[in-house]
Amino acid sequence: MANSTDTLKEIGTELAPAPPGHEHGTLTAWIQDLIFTVDHKKLGFMYIGMGWLFFIAGGILASLIRLQLAVPNNHVLDPEAFNGAFTMHGTAMIFFFAMAMVFGLANYVVPLQIGARDMAFPRLNAFSFWTTFFGGCFLFTSYVAGPGLYGTGAAPDASWFALAPLTSRAFSPGNNIDYWSLGLLISGVGTITGGVNVMVTIFCYRCKGMTLYRMPLFTWMVLVTMFLVVMFFPPLSAAQIMLVLERFFGAKFFEAQAGGSPVLWQHFFWIFGHPEVYILVLPAFGVISEVIPVFSRKPIFGYPMMVAASVMIGFISAGVWAHHMFTIGMDSFSVTFFAFATFVIAIPTGIKIFNWLGTMYGGKLRMEIPMLFCIAFLFQFLIAGLTGIMLGCAPFDWQLNDSYFVIAHFHYVIVGGIVFGVFAGFYYWFPKATGRLLNTRLGLWHFWVFTIGFHLTFDPQHFLGILGMPRRIYTYQEGRGWEFLNMLSTIGAIIQGIGAIIFIINMIWSARKGKIAGDDPWDAWTLEWTTTSPPPEYNFEEIPEVRSRRPLWDLKHPEDPDWKFE
Amino acid sequence: MSTDTYATPETEWKLPSPRKVGITLVILTESSLFTIFVVAYLFYLGKSLNPPYPREVLEFPWLGSFFLFSSSATVVVAEQRLKKGDRGGFHLWWLITILLGAGFLVYTGSEWYHLIYHDGLTLSTNLFGSTFYSLVGLHASHVVVGLVLLSLILVASLTGNIQHRHHEHIEMISWYWHFVDGIWAVVVTVVYIIGMQS
Repeated sequence: MANSTDTLKEIGTELAPAPPGHEHGTLTAWIQDLIFTVDHKKLGFMYIGMGWLFFIAGGILASLIRLQLAVPNNHVLDPEAFNGAFTMHGTAMIFFFAMAMVFGLANYVVPLQIGARDMAFPRLNAFSFWTTFFGGCFLFTSYVAGPGLYGTGAAPDASWFALAPLTSRAFSPGNNIDYWSLGLLISGVGTITGGVNVMVTIFCYRCKGMTLYRMPLFTWMVLVTMFLVVMFFPPLSAAQIMLVLERFFGAKFFEAQAGGSPVLWQHFFWIFGHPEVYILVLPAFGVISEVIPVFSRKPIFGYPMMVAASVMIGFISAGVWAHHMFTIGMDSFSVTFFAFATFVIAIPTGIKIFNWLGTMYGGKLRMEIPMLFCIAFLFQFLIAGLTGIMLGCAPFDWQLNDSYFVIAHFHYVIVGGIVFGVFAGFYYWFPKATGRLLNTRLGLWHFWVFTIGFHLTFDPQHFLGILGMPRRIYTYQEGRGWEFLNMLSTIGAIIQGIGAIIFIINMIWSARKGKIAGDDPWDAWTLEWTTTSPPPEYNFEEIPEVRSRRPLWDLKHPEDPDWKFE
Repeated sequence: MSTDTYATPETEWKLPSPRKVGITLVILTESSLFTIFVVAYLFYLGKSLNPPYPREVLEFPWLGSFFLFSSSATVVVAEQRLKKGDRGGFHLWWLITILLGAGFLVYTGSEWYHLIYHDGLTLSTNLFGSTFYSLVGLHASHVVVGLVLLSLILVASLTGNIQHRHHEHIEMISWYWHFVDGIWAVVVTVVYIIGMQS
């Protein structure tokens, strides 16, 4: 086996001799490698690196928002800068942090999990990454463009869903909105092509014996996610095209004076916007479904139901978008329909939570860092789901729409759910990708500081919302009973920031000096753990053959293989 | 019962062709894009506040439709020729397809010229103008992409770079071309047949 690795390495070097001046190890060689690479693992890394970059940028903006709101009548940011800050925070976090994480994890893990050597279309993969990345860079150049570094630059300032008619030329002169729409249009191209690529990889490059019914759950949920990307990113692109036509060529799509309907923009945006939530959360579900069984020492409980629930979520998520729009004055039939659909989508999500609990029940739990994040995820996502059902009740939503209750709800989904899932996956697969384990002590600090900070930030916001604090206000007056809770929330944001910094230190330190992981540090069961850590460029010396859902278990336990029971 | 034979796939491990799955997904995602523009057109039908209105200025695109729909047939003929190894026939029918596609674009160009300079309908005139030009223009841009693909294949084939084993590549391009045709059927129905009522 060692021999064949050497031969393959030799062949690799023979095929690609380094040009003079670009020998391995120099900075130029490294940068050149990043620019020209089509390897799914390196691109996965780059997606994740890009994600953390925008996470930091978005996090700094979030801190500014919280500092401004810490006390009444504050003057950290002026109103224009505040509008820019929350718009850029939302856009960066959704499209350039969370989406990059989805694609980063999918890129890195999926080919390894299905026993493939690379993605279906490696060059398209590089194209997807670079367009997404440049889209994000383009968006952020708005800070130094337009009026320049003085003041606030030309940062988009119409919130991350940019409601019409605020986005029309009359109300948003300058180029702020154009940065937003063109940035998302560019990155959308990368996202859609990436989605097609991942789906083709899953359908066409599974190793022998890996039927759909034996696919690891992470891959399954990525498959559903990418289906949603392929189906529901184009509406966003279409809406952006209309916005660009309207702003540059005077088209009339959302202009009420010409008979147009600003509400149509909301429909188009949320037709994309709600599936987007599931695009982000399903891969997190997938991570949880990989981590919980391994750290409970039990196979996942109810695999078929998990798959069915994911597919159900995929389909139902297409029919719930207007629950973001209860307050625009829809007719009662639509309100009832979308409220009902919202309740229905809670069912498959509930099934998943029960299945994860069922997996843990009676298991031999190992409280490693990935598992801690999963357990926190279960609690937080449950609460996020429950406040979601509350907001799905149209009358309740009429009361609380556009208040801090909504902010608290979706940050519970996105931070408490998705970010915690990403952290779990990061701690779980980091040893595979780098060959070194993340430091446990720093990991524990990261987990506890971040979790406490998270709850301190967002728990009070539920009450702020019920006390009537609207979202997107840049300051508030004294004496409304909001001071204490806002201060608490700001302190929480700072603590969360410290947690994130601990994590980044851990990541950088462990990548260089962490404990050597070995091929299979967690005693896991899926194919990515059969190869070396980090995996060679060709992933597997020999394309594996699979006979059950836990191929590595079969290898380790030939006396009691899974396929006897499937 | 031996579980061994049950777990081992007896038949050969067969997976779908990446090209076919890929182009199917591209068609799906493009359909989703078109759907939004179609919905916008239908939603704003009859809601324009100022003329010109569709029934006054639109004419049924007999010629354009004839060009485009028949090109779907010629591309199939070209494909069959390639499968049979008749490269001359392939080139001929492929070229006819390109000419028909180009003819469609010329027809659209003249239609737009007429609308802009005689009827005064532009993108910014009214809701009808905005939705009409965006939907028909999106389709026309897909025709342009299709023509680029078709022409590249013709050049590659004339320089001897297309072999019989490439017939699946060719087939994928014809799938895309059929999709562009299918979208035209939807556009004709929505913009002209339904649209001309108001």
